[in-house]
Parts: sequence; structure tokens; C-alpha cells
Amino acid sequence: MWSRETGWRGCRRLPATTCREESTFGRERGRGLIGRAVCTGRTTLGLALVVLLVGGALAGCGPGTAADGEGTGGTLVVRGSDTLVNLSAAWAEAFMEANPGVQVSVSGGGSSTGFAGLIEGSVDLATASREVNDFERQALIDRGTPPVEHVVAVDAVTMIVHPSNPVRELTMSQLADILTGQVTNWADVGGPDLAITIYSRETSSGTYAFVRERVMGNKDYAASARLLPSTYAIIEAVAQDRGGIGYVGMGYVTDAVVALKVAGDEASEPVEATVENVTSGAYPLARNLFIYSAGEPGPLAKAFIEFCTSETGRAITEEMGFVPPAGGR
Amino acid sequence: MVSPAAGGRGPRRSRRSVRRESRRAEFVLGSLASVSLVVLGLVFFSLLREALPLFRHYPAAEFFTGLEWRPTSVDQRFGLVPLLTGSLLVTVGAAVIAVPFGVAVALFVSEVAPARVREFLKPCLELLAAIPSVVYGFIGLTVVSPLLRDVFGLSSGLSALNGSILLAVMALPTIVTLSEDALRAVPESYRAASLAMGASRWETMVHVTLPAARSGVTAAVMLGLGRVIGETMAVLMVTGNAAQITFDIFDSVRTMTATVAAEMAETPWGTPHYHALFSVGATLFMITFAVNMVADFLLRKEAR
Repeated sequence: MWSRETGWRGCRRLPATTCREESTFGRERGRGLIGRAVCTGRTTLGLALVVLLVGGALAGCGPGTAADGEGTGGTLVVRGSDTLVNLSAAWAEAFMEANPGVQVSVSGGGSSTGFAGLIEGSVDLATASREVNDFERQALIDRGTPPVEHVVAVDAVTMIVHPSNPVRELTMSQLADILTGQVTNWADVGGPDLAITIYSRETSSGTYAFVRERVMGNKDYAASARLLPSTYAIIEAVAQDRGGIGYVGMGYVTDAVVALKVAGDEASEPVEATVENVTSGAYPLARNLFIYSAGEPGPLAKAFIEFCTSETGRAITEEMGFVPPAGGR
Repeated sequence: MVSPAAGGRGPRRSRRSVRRESRRAEFVLGSLASVSLVVLGLVFFSLLREALPLFRHYPAAEFFTGLEWRPTSVDQRFGLVPLLTGSLLVTVGAAVIAVPFGVAVALFVSEVAPARVREFLKPCLELLAAIPSVVYGFIGLTVVSPLLRDVFGLSSGLSALNGSILLAVMALPTIVTLSEDALRAVPESYRAASLAMGASRWETMVHVTLPAARSGVTAAVMLGLGRVIGETMAVLMVTGNAAQITFDIFDSVRTMTATVAAEMAETPWGTPHYHALFSVGATLFMITFAVNMVADFLLRKEAR
């Protein structure tokens, strides 16, 4: 079968590293093959992976429980955010290539799953697309291991328009009105008398969900919004349409389109999407993505986190459509 | 290859062993042929198996009559109607373009063109079928789309019309080739009689040959369109994929095929959304199945 076949292919590529919990039907925010493969896995696959994992740990890595990976061997269990699962898997793959004998197992399930794992002690690192909440923080403090936060990537979305469009800035509520279809003409937001065409990513895209949640308060997109299969297609379409508006990951903006400044509300200054504004938190359409450890990370976990923000790690981050954090970590 | 037991080939072979051998050959060929039937059955079965669980979570009536396709919304809606009208609009548009064009080309190739032109033209047309659909999609995105926008003064060329144009080109080889076969199957005596009665070549073509080949040409058209209803990549790239109900050919639509292709990859297994996509696929399968059955029926009628 199609899905199973893809599943096998994906899992062979990443032996025993990316087994996502199959019980999680949370929205898949992964981008690309790995995420797809992993999320369609079935019980047998999962079992096979567990066997592989255990086998690998026994054969190559010696006694490898959580944080005691020393020297070259050891295992690392990473669980959490669906947004980050593909990126983490890519990091893990490269990390294992660079450190033979090390096993990094990455799974998704949502940020809460990762924190639950940290509290239980069943994972070494939790990936998260939100900050740890008070309840989780307290539970970790009670355990004697207060959470330590590491920003490993930034998910930033840029609104783009045609270069001939005089509109250069919008507030979040104007954006919401446009994307939900309540405002259909640029004249209503200070532009020319021109119909607005919305270019959105496909419904399965994480960015689609992020924009809906952050900008539109989970209201639906206008039915007339054109859903395009790729970032490239959105840029191409907006570059051709004088009345177009679209959104893409920050790293993808080209000279063919103009990125809008976005203001959090009517009172605040419009902010440009730059690496500085994104990392400082001034730009409203961005969020940090984290890896959390319970207490200070062990040597292997520390090495992995440092790897994520190393030269190689940052290249992978960009390749996967995210923004690397400014500075070291 | 059938059986060594059939023994040496010689005049001494009994009539009985010959009959046995041919019966065996028939059996082998027959079972090979039935493999395709089994595959068809399995495809249909597995489609249904994945499609039907949707109706445990979501009422069937709402699926078939729902006016909104919001698969990842906070309150999910899986209404088939916008996708159905999307596919319909693009396909009808393709038919309006491809049928007159295709039949005209078939008439030219079979009735008018000298042999040398025909020998050149037919392979060229058939080569159109060899172009991968993603390449058509690319051309639609970069060439047809800006062209449509400028010619019709649209805000965007990503429209049902763009998809129709690409699909029309993709349907042409099928329509032309099969129509031409049907036209050439019309007995020469028909044409001779018509010409002898004083009809011009044009009159003969339009009033005698074409009507005589009618059912074959209709089947050709249906098979061509059956191919384009199921076409995915090109429409995914150029129709804009807005899940809205519209009959404006210049507007954006979302077809059933594009929906499945765009959403299946990242839909978690076993969710209502997953099953809804299979239901869309099953519906599409039944539509193309019906179209092909009708075309087959017409072809058989012709053969009689």
C-alpha cells in the first residue's frame, strides 16, 4: 500500500531514529517525506523499530540510559513538538553521522508529550514550539531538575505583496480581515482600488495553521483563498499578481516580491521581518522553537544541542525552512 | 512454454493432445487477463475499506452535500460539493476546447491530409501524450498563467481555465488517435457513394463519414476526458486550489484529484480527514469508471 510503502522507505532512510508515536493524531506540522513516513507508521513498523532500537543499543552502544552517554557511544531520546520533528530528525541524522556509535531517537506527538516525558524521566530532551508552562515547570522543579531552555530555531512567517502595491505595512487585525475575506479590496487598508487575491499554503502546511492561529484567531481562511502547493508557487503567484498577498517562511522572500512590516496592534510600530526583530520577539509573526532539558543537559545531550546551533546544524535549519537563532544559542 | 507434456511437434500428434494444449494456453492467458480484474477489484476494495470509516465520524449526507471543504479547520468540514464542481468545471472547460479541436484534427488526418503529412503528424500528436504532466503544470504556471492574466485582464492566471487548457492538450492525443481509427473504419464505399451522388468532400466528411463513425468518436472523446478527470499534477499546479463553489471559468477551483494529492501526504493515518480523502478518491474512481464503461459500451456498439 501507498502509505505503508512510503513508511518503509522513510524508516529505512533513518533506521531507528524517527519513530513517531502512532497514537498521536495531532495536526501533523511536519514538512516533507520524513514526517509523512513517520506519521503513517503502523504497529508492525513501530515494533520493528523498537526491536532495531533495542538491538542497536545492546550491540553497539553499551548500557545507554538517558543522560549517561559518555565518550563516543550512548543514546539520546528526544521527543516533543510536531513542528520540530522533521528538523530534529534531520539534526539527529547528521549528528549520528558525525558521531558514530551514538543513537538519537526522535519522536513527535506535540510539545506537551515532550514535557510529560521530561517529568517522567523517559526522555533526555523535549522539543517544544512553546515555552514550558507553570505546571510543567513546577513539576520539574519538584523533581529537582528545573527546566533549562535552549532556543534552537525560529519559525517566522513573512507577508508578501506585489512590488507595485504601495501598501508596505499592515496591522495584525487588518491581516486577519484580509485573510478571512472580510476585507476584499486594497482600498480598505490604505492601498489602491484593487481586488485582493489571497495566496495561502495548503491546508496540511504548518505555516497555514500557524497563520490561522496567530493572525486569525483560528477563524477560517476566505473560501476564495488560493491554496498553492509550495512556497515557490506562492512567490511566483504574488510576483505576478498586483493585488496578491501571500505568506512564506522568512528565508524565502525574493526580490520579486515585497515583504510587509507588521504591527502587533494599531498602537504599536510596524516591524520588519529581520533576523534581529525575529529573535528579539518584536516581529509578531514569529515564534521560538525550543529544546528543553531537565536540569543542565548531560554531555551527550549538550553536544546534541550545540550541534543544532552549530554551522552544520544551522545549515540544516535553513534547509528545512526555519530560521536559525541569532548568536550561539 | 505452456507444457512440456504436450510432447514433440510432429504429424503423429493426436487431435486430442492438440486440443488439450490449446486449452491449457487459453487457461494461462485467461488467468493472466483476470489478474487485471483482480487488481481492479482489490483497488476498489481497499479504497472502500479506507473510505467508509469516515461515515462513522461524519454523516454521509454531509459529505456528499456539504458546501465547504475545511479539512484542518477547528471544526472540520468535509463537503464534497466544491471539489466536485471544481473537477466538473475544469473538465467541461477542457471538453469545450479539446472536442472540436481534436475531432477536427482527426478529420484532417484521416480524410484530408496526404499520406506523407499524416505519417508526420500522427507521431507528433502522440508525442504529446509522452510529456509528463508535471511539465505541463510547469508550462501552465510560467507561460499560460501570465498569458491568461494579460489577455483577459485577470488578477491571476491561476484559474480553472488554465487547468482546462492544459487538460485539453493532454486529452488531444487520445481523442485524435481513437477518433481517427473510428473514421478510417468507415467503409470506403460510403464515401464513394456520397461523392458519386455529387456531394463535395466537405459534405461527405461532415454528413456521411463523421455520422457513420459517431459512436467511435464519442467513445474517443469520453476516454480522453476520462483521462483528464483523473489528471492531478497539472491541475494542482495551475488551478489555484481554492475550495469554492464557482462556475466562473476565470476563477480558482480545487479539483478532487488535487485535493487528494495535496493533502494526503501530511494527513495522519486513520483520522477523519484521512478517510475523507479516500472517500474523495473512491468517488472519483466511480466517476471515471462510469465514464469508461459508457465509452466501452459505445465502442462495442461500433464494432457490431
